[in-house]
Amino acid sequence: MSKILNPEPKVIAFLCKWCSSNAADLAGVSRMKYPDNVITIETPCSGRIDPNYIFDSLIEGADGVIVAGCHPGDCHYVVGNYKTLKRMYLVMELAKQLGIEEERIRIEWISSAEAKKFVTVMSEFIEKLKHLPPNPLKPEGLIQEVKH
Amino acid sequence: MTAESKKKNPTSKKRIGVFVCHCGKNIAEMVDVQKAAEVSKDLEGVVFTTHSHYLCSEPGQKELTEAIKSHNLSSIVCACCSPTLHEETFRTAAESAGMNKYEVEIANIREKCSWVHTERGKATEKAIRIIETKVEKALLNEPLTPASVDVNRRCLVIGAGITGIQSALDIADAGFEVTLVEKSPTIGGHMAQLSSTFPTLDCSQCILSPKMSQIGHHDRIELITNAEVTNISGFVGNFNVDIKKYPRYVDPDKCTLCDDCVDVCPVVIPSEFEGGLGPRKAIYLPFPQAVPSVYTLDPENCLGIHPLICSKCRDACGPQAIDYDMVTEVINKDYGAIIIASGFDLYDISKIQEYEFGTDVDVIDAIQFERLLSSSGPTGGDVLRPSDHKKPETVVFVQCVGSRDPEHHMAYCSKICCTYTGKHALLLKDQAPDTEVYIFYIDIRAAGRGYEEFIQRAQEKGVIYIRGKPSKIFREGEKTIVWAANTLTGERLEVEADMVVLAPAMVPSFDTKIISSITKCSLDEYGFFKEAHMKLRPVESLVSGLLVAGTALSPKDIPESVAQGSAAAVKALALLNQPKLFHEPLVSTVDEDKCCGCKVCVVTCPYGAITFDNVNNHSVINEILCEGCGTCVAACASEALILKNLTNKQMERMIHVALKEEAK
Repeated sequence: MSKILNPEPKVIAFLCKWCSSNAADLAGVSRMKYPDNVITIETPCSGRIDPNYIFDSLIEGADGVIVAGCHPGDCHYVVGNYKTLKRMYLVMELAKQLGIEEERIRIEWISSAEAKKFVTVMSEFIEKLKHLPPNPLKPEGLIQEVKH
Repeated sequence: MTAESKKKNPTSKKRIGVFVCHCGKNIAEMVDVQKAAEVSKDLEGVVFTTHSHYLCSEPGQKELTEAIKSHNLSSIVCACCSPTLHEETFRTAAESAGMNKYEVEIANIREKCSWVHTERGKATEKAIRIIETKVEKALLNEPLTPASVDVNRRCLVIGAGITGIQSALDIADAGFEVTLVEKSPTIGGHMAQLSSTFPTLDCSQCILSPKMSQIGHHDRIELITNAEVTNISGFVGNFNVDIKKYPRYVDPDKCTLCDDCVDVCPVVIPSEFEGGLGPRKAIYLPFPQAVPSVYTLDPENCLGIHPLICSKCRDACGPQAIDYDMVTEVINKDYGAIIIASGFDLYDISKIQEYEFGTDVDVIDAIQFERLLSSSGPTGGDVLRPSDHKKPETVVFVQCVGSRDPEHHMAYCSKICCTYTGKHALLLKDQAPDTEVYIFYIDIRAAGRGYEEFIQRAQEKGVIYIRGKPSKIFREGEKTIVWAANTLTGERLEVEADMVVLAPAMVPSFDTKIISSITKCSLDEYGFFKEAHMKLRPVESLVSGLLVAGTALSPKDIPESVAQGSAAAVKALALLNQPKLFHEPLVSTVDEDKCCGCKVCVVTCPYGAITFDNVNNHSVINEILCEGCGTCVAACASEALILKNLTNKQMERMIHVALKEEAK
């Protein structure tokens, strides 16, 4: 892969409290390790994630955003994750138009048993973001560019 | 954060306390808890911070309640372990100090921080960041009161194997009404098929049938066999359930068990109960002790349930109990609690092609061997090989067929096979002492009272234990050849067997997946139900009011299944006995002025909790039906929907704080 452009990317992970957040807890209980660049925000369901939050996060300076929910068919709230998936298509489309690399936004289905998957997803995502330049929407990023 | 930003919102009346837990070394080793508590002091709204060795301990909780009282705190943020562990503990403690329990926030700095990171400085920064987001949320939390609802005092038990039977009896004996639903025509489950049980060698039917007959006669138990649960709606204390009852075409009140119908039925097919080793008719009683003791007409194999094609059984029935016009009915009932005891199936070992199960008739599975040993079985209790009904001289048992094989099959240990294979060998040796008996094993795992001694008994009887898993089993003329390697001596072995008995892995029953999709109880990676907590809440699911017990959770022996059946019954009783239940107030509400009337939320809600008021032109939410997922909130373009204590404003502020530049 290319050289590292952003050694400390910031990541926001929205986790549903029934599956993905429990997977993160299980990763902790199993003492698995992943980079500390991610702050998690728990919601009852991935369906609670308003597409606005993803753009809010990017504007506030996140280099990447992950939305994680239960596997299709396993949503604690029956169909919340299907709604999430539909919205994420829209988010991706919009991101493209705004000139945001699609690698910065990721949706994953992580069940409460999949601690290993959680760790792999987080580690891979952060690793990938290191090879992207800082998020173009980041306000201070723009300022720095001007200064140079 | 500095004093400057504190002034941003001077109108906030919140008085927030931050309690950072060391959790012994669990948190303190990787996170500088003292610094975290110190830094939190400067956060907006925070008036008190401290750090404690074990916040969840009695002294820790006391410190918490006293701080709430002496500092007149309106909200607290506990930076500690996962909310699944101690959110309730701290909510209860806060409530005892007079605080509203929905003002308690948990910042998980253990599972999501100290345990997963390796650099102390960065982990501390992250922990502070997590605390900040929760303080930000706490600033906008509101005190809430749970809605209360009545509790339906009836319990539903799904599955009538030994686990479900035990649960139903315990609940009914405690004075509550129970409905027991079973898919097959009789109750009893796999235990009814067993010849005897280890390690005491009690006859399985002898200990099971008294319980079965109690179920049949209990005043407070409604037994519905030949039936499936097709839908569950509602919530704890108030579940509404559809039970689809398939016709058995025989009226249980009229049937006298005279057997005349069976005599005349022209259809003979392999009996499921006998593992296919014995016959049954299209109208049949699965086994003599079946409950309800009434015949069942199997519509799949009957010539047509049509008097023009064949009406022999109906004509022969003296009391006129047979009715071809019975139809499937759907029974709709309300329940306060539900126990799932959907049991197990055997792994499909025909998938293991090198063992020729299904192609060589003398290769059988453990349940079939149980039937051969059973005095009511197809051979009257004599072990005869299926191909020619001769006494086998050499019998090979193979353990871990499909278990402990992560590359190809199931990774887990099925737990009971070592002991029951020992039982099989012992009983066979008792019956025919000259039989050469080999058991191929990987390890002997016979943990349980009297189990190890039981295996030793088998060894003393002359059963030959060989450590190694057969590589190939194949037919050669009259014999079934077993190829294996003795992994203790390294030698290659070839056994010419007359019969081979395989011990298949225990897997979730076929219905587990279906019940899981109806109930939303999550499954583990193998498809077994997942308990709310492996150690501390072993029979509860994450769905309140839904309990799971027995082999639906993982492979178990009979004593464990019975214990879990009783455990689930106690949990159900604790619910049914409540005068009222309280519904979480963390639900959505509508800002009627903002609602534009687009009705997107109405179709978005998976619970049908949102209706539309056509007169006033806005959505209305039923707070009892709302489960608080927030999907409607994210769908509402007018921001008219609000999820209590997780509003858009709170989400936005949490995002802001999580990403703001390092405060120095």
